Amino acid sequence: MKQAEQTLNQRINQSNKHLAIWTGTWLVSTALLAFGPKLIWDFATALTILAILLNLAAGAGMTMANIRHLQSLDELGRKVFLDAAAITLGVMVVFGVCYELVSFAGAQFAFEARISHIYFVLGPTFFISMLIGTRRYK
Amino acid sequence: MRNRLKVLRAERDWTQADLAAKLDVSRQTVNAIEKAKFDPSLPLAFKIARLFNTSIESIFEE
Repeated sequence: MKQAEQTLNQRINQSNKHLAIWTGTWLVSTALLAFGPKLIWDFATALTILAILLNLAAGAGMTMANIRHLQSLDELGRKVFLDAAAITLGVMVVFGVCYELVSFAGAQFAFEARISHIYFVLGPTFFISMLIGTRRYK
Repeated sequence: MRNRLKVLRAERDWTQADLAAKLDVSRQTVNAIEKAKFDPSLPLAFKIARLFNTSIESIFEE
């Protein structure tokens, strides 16, 4: 009766693969949108619009892959994932608002405060939350 | 939620992996249910009851 377990594992492996492919596609399209206008096509409007559309489409694909990945998990896996996502969302709101207000209040950073800096907090937050959640139910 | 899952499994000489395969969940999920760390959903509880050919109430108790 190992087949059903393999089916669960196969489902997770397949959704992981799709998620990795879509995330990679989104990253490449984001890099294209960030650097393309200046370095590749000299701000040609049509190509920039195309890059925006490509980025949005890749983003939609990545989101759908994320949803499918969540659906491929069993119910405990989904709980751990959703708990980690909730913590990450909370941290994003709290950290994002605080970061913006501190910089708005005139705090001097060695770098310019940008929205993209939040990703450096969100990634580790989600990873650590998943780790703690997984260990909790071991 | 306390339950008799471990006893029922042992009676049939199944490992956690065996039971997980039959229920199409991970071994970690079976372990978490047995240790009462995680309460299964109603569909999974029904699946467990059907597998052991008994009622949900005779497996799970508050």
